[in-house]
Amino acid sequence: MSEKKTTTVEVRLPSRMGFEKVAMSTASAVAKLMGFPDDRVEDLKTAVAEACINAIEHGNRLNEKLSVGVVLSAGADSLEVKVIDDGKGMQKQPSKPDIDRKMHGEEDPRGMGMFLIQALVDEAEWVAGSGGKASYVRLMIRLDKEA
Amino acid sequence: MQSETKSRVDQLTSPAGHPVTVLRYEGDIASTSKEAVLGTYQALPKNAVKLILLDFTKVDYINSSGIALVIQLLMEATNAGQKVYAFGLSPHFTKVFTMVGITKYAGLFPGQAEALAAL
Repeated sequence: MSEKKTTTVEVRLPSRMGFEKVAMSTASAVAKLMGFPDDRVEDLKTAVAEACINAIEHGNRLNEKLSVGVVLSAGADSLEVKVIDDGKGMQKQPSKPDIDRKMHGEEDPRGMGMFLIQALVDEAEWVAGSGGKASYVRLMIRLDKEA
Repeated sequence: MQSETKSRVDQLTSPAGHPVTVLRYEGDIASTSKEAVLGTYQALPKNAVKLILLDFTKVDYINSSGIALVIQLLMEATNAGQKVYAFGLSPHFTKVFTMVGITKYAGLFPGQAEALAAL
């Protein structure tokens, strides 16, 4: 890959559970081409999958007429992934799951996706689209960063 | 699109002589895996089964919905007085399970032999 130019790969997914694996595979292939170590590729795969699941389920509300956009921008030493949906964007920041509260039925066993995204990549931000459309999450992992 | 989750139940005995029920999963562990993960567990006789091993050796993909199903299983097992352990997770999913705190309620082992030896 080029040292300075940014290479962009785009994928559009139907808003159907399971298709997040297409984005995972694409992100994995790009990250491997860039030279990311296997453990960082695995981190990225999970983060991208969770971002796509959120976009499919919460952003596009499983409406198969809407698609999820995944834009991977490979720079010299980092990979940025934007996952775009037609929702209003996340209204709250991710919180660390409390396993004790979950085990005691005081917290939903689900709701770990945003936490995993934030924990597994170097940067994560959720951006609400104008007019309630084209909201996205932007993920970034860097080549020189250990997991 | 998501691969179907298969599950199988084996009965083993630990080196210490304890009966151990092994739930072996294959495929993806995701939102569609409720029957395979929870249904298989709930079909076990609660009075007879006290030690449970979850085998993830043939699982390639686990997402947050799948982790939530594992947590639900742990909740039910804890309430029934059962002990749950797991083995066969990749290094990545071992890290993820540790991050979300599952290791507080289920010991993780690299393989079946190590898990059985600890019981």
